Amino acid sequence: MHVDPEILRLVAFLVGVIAFAALNAAYLVWLERKEAAHIQRRIGPKEVGPFGLLQPLVDGIKLMTKQLIVPAGVDPVLFKIAPILVMVPAIMSFVAIPFSDTLVARNLDLGLLVIFAFASVNVLGLLLGAWGSRNKYAVISAARVVSQNVAYEIPMLVTVVTLVMISGTMNLSEIVGLQMGGFWHWNILNLAASPLMPVAFLIFFVCMLAETNRAPFDMAEAESELVAGAFTEYSGMGFGVFFMGEYANIVIGASVATILFLGGWDCPFGLFPGVHWFLIKMYFLIFTVIWIRWTFPRTTFYGLLNLSWKILIPISFVNLILTSAMLKVF
Amino acid sequence: MNGGAIKEKLAAGGVLAVNETEYARKGFALDMQVAPEQLLAAISVLDAAGFFIEAITGVDWLGEQAALRKEAETKAATAAKAKAEAAVAAGEEPPPIEPATEQGELAEDALEAVYDFNHYEALCRVTIRTRVPRSKPEVPTISSIYPGANWHERETHDFFGITFVGHPCLVPLLLPEDADFHPLLKDFLP
Amino acid sequence: MSALIQSQANETFVLNLGPQHPATHGVLRVKLTMDGEYIVEAEPVLGYIHRMHEKMGENRTWAQFLPNTGRMDYLHALAFNHGYVALVERAAGITVPERAEYLRVITTELNRVSSHLLWFGAFILDLGGFSPLLYAFDDREHILDLLESVTGSRLTYCYFRFGGVYNDIDDNFVPGARAFIKRLRERMPMYHNLVTKNIILMKRLQEVGPISAEMCRKYGATGPVCRGSGINFDVRKHEPYSIYPEMDFEVPVYEQGDSMARYMVRMDEIEQSLRIVEQALDKLPEGPVMAEKVPKILKPPKGDYYHAVETARGSFGVRAVSDGGNIPYRLKLRSPTFSNLSLFGEACRGMLLPDALALMGSLDLVIPEIDR
Repeated sequence: MHVDPEILRLVAFLVGVIAFAALNAAYLVWLERKEAAHIQRRIGPKEVGPFGLLQPLVDGIKLMTKQLIVPAGVDPVLFKIAPILVMVPAIMSFVAIPFSDTLVARNLDLGLLVIFAFASVNVLGLLLGAWGSRNKYAVISAARVVSQNVAYEIPMLVTVVTLVMISGTMNLSEIVGLQMGGFWHWNILNLAASPLMPVAFLIFFVCMLAETNRAPFDMAEAESELVAGAFTEYSGMGFGVFFMGEYANIVIGASVATILFLGGWDCPFGLFPGVHWFLIKMYFLIFTVIWIRWTFPRTTFYGLLNLSWKILIPISFVNLILTSAMLKVF
Repeated sequence: MNGGAIKEKLAAGGVLAVNETEYARKGFALDMQVAPEQLLAAISVLDAAGFFIEAITGVDWLGEQAALRKEAETKAATAAKAKAEAAVAAGEEPPPIEPATEQGELAEDALEAVYDFNHYEALCRVTIRTRVPRSKPEVPTISSIYPGANWHERETHDFFGITFVGHPCLVPLLLPEDADFHPLLKDFLP
Repeated sequence: MSALIQSQANETFVLNLGPQHPATHGVLRVKLTMDGEYIVEAEPVLGYIHRMHEKMGENRTWAQFLPNTGRMDYLHALAFNHGYVALVERAAGITVPERAEYLRVITTELNRVSSHLLWFGAFILDLGGFSPLLYAFDDREHILDLLESVTGSRLTYCYFRFGGVYNDIDDNFVPGARAFIKRLRERMPMYHNLVTKNIILMKRLQEVGPISAEMCRKYGATGPVCRGSGINFDVRKHEPYSIYPEMDFEVPVYEQGDSMARYMVRMDEIEQSLRIVEQALDKLPEGPVMAEKVPKILKPPKGDYYHAVETARGSFGVRAVSDGGNIPYRLKLRSPTFSNLSLFGEACRGMLLPDALALMGSLDLVIPEIDR
């Protein structure tokens, strides 16, 4: 029987993408616990397997064997659909991400757009889950998440538009291709296009933290204020899927940052580019994200909005105008 | 500011019976007994003098009147005995033992509300006491002068059943919300 | 803001913060009437672990009540011990040997440091910073080890007795305490660099939850809460007891009245307490740790007595009425956080929920002590 190799390729990538997302979610929990432990001068997980490496497996089994409690009074459809709405778009986004010049599930011409389109579904999942929970803490959290996402999507997209103007394409592979040949070619140091490029990276990184609801912007969970925010009523794997979705989103965010600013799979010294460089950069960013979480206290909600509307958005617009002017002049 | 100055002010404010106590022995400098009607006036004087509220509590003097009478009787009996002995010693005929006078009903025992005030600058803790009958324990609230008294009065109401007249919300604070017992009364049985 | 609240008064909802909530540190419940995230009204609901210590006091002898004192404020149990034994000593006219007074002050101040360290960690945890808690616990562990070697317990101490202390220190205590002082002094700059100077923390605490001096007076706030509002009131200086008059220390006072001021007061107090411990260790005299003639059955003379001490949270006062018997006629325990919390309802009106929680954390609540 003849099978179209394209279908085989798709199946292989589908399995690969889901496995990558799930493994990342599992092992980022391990990384987070281990890193937090070392920041706090503890040891962290160490009993299950060497260095506690089998801990995520045990955690997963625990979550799966727990009862899925659907509290009385919740909206059963929204309550159940919400975790999936967070998880699936995150996995879908992996389709467009090029890990190296050959390793990409679908090399889409509008890859960047696809990723941001899917990323905006994430907030919808949280909103529906929180609303469906019929819990006051969850509803407050939902209100926060939505206004936070609206506020931070603007500077993020404006920054991305700046990069698209520089690159002239929305194909992620091509964006990386333009940055090949050493770290001085990367967009973060592309001072010829705009002297504000390092600042743009910073804005993008901060927005990524806020979009993925990570500390110090974890308004959605804010456990000392809102108990567990949007996840208050979730238990077992319902909570587990939310959790995995959150980590998958972090991976997406770090990947996009790597592609847009840090040259993707390019070697910093112009030698042997490859997927390992992509992973090193991406995991370094994720490491930083975790590092920030365990170092800083949480901001307040109005502080968060002030930061976006009064600082990040004006700067990103200045960057946009400056870049377009410089592109026109030079 | 010292105890003397406060005492003068209180006297000017119409409060009677202010005793200066020995601080080192008692732990407070002024101890005064006021009637419930004088309470607000006394507290206003303290408020104007810059005192802060430390605590409000109660004391149940159940059996005090009986004990006082017993003490008085013992004293009278001892005195009579001594008199008789003295008479015998002097060679006179001992006076006839007077029959125990029929005494009226015991006066009612009191509940005492105790207010502690202290000063941030001066070493001057002031204790104000006011006594009310156990059957009708009503004291005016001071929460209009000191909002902090609100909780202390609720607590005292919980424990002693003293009603603070005019209190905005005299519901149990530490006891269960449907509690109708007052555990610190001496005749409380769990 | 207030206009907004009035115009939408019918659009408020009630939020039950607690009795099981991560930020209430125990079983405090606050009934919040909210307008969105703004607090229209806050009403703390107490009594979830009310144990009626005052009634217990009327049912047992003066000495038998001693262990109860350590179970009210479990974080600064020794100060509560101190308040009660000092009261009974005042009533019964017992003189305490000097060495015992020194040991009392040393252990109480170490306990105060441990209480402030725990508050520091828990407060930052309330603000969403996880790591300082573990560092603070690391330091606190050393104090607990030291105190365990003297008192025999790690949390609910019952070390003081009428007329002295339960037992003398061992040979390792003095060097151990000195080593700890050195260690914590080296760590304090790290805390300030990592936490106090953090921009997010500063933004969350400065000008948040202002409490005026007048409000402190009207509600009877004491301790770091009133010292953060510019009131120089510390029972250790104000009505000196024990050997505090011989110690050279300062009372940190900040004028701002915001959460940051209360935070700074406590951080400075840790350093002042270390100073007191250091001086007391230097001056520690030899001698007995227990007065000789303490009657087995204690019967303080008739009358009522008051004694106040400074705990980590404010002025703790005991009022006892004695009828001349071996059982107290009445024991009133005036706990500092009860008064400190009572101003919360007024102070947090119109605030946002996260700010109100920062304010609540800065009051340093210990619920068993409020509920007694």
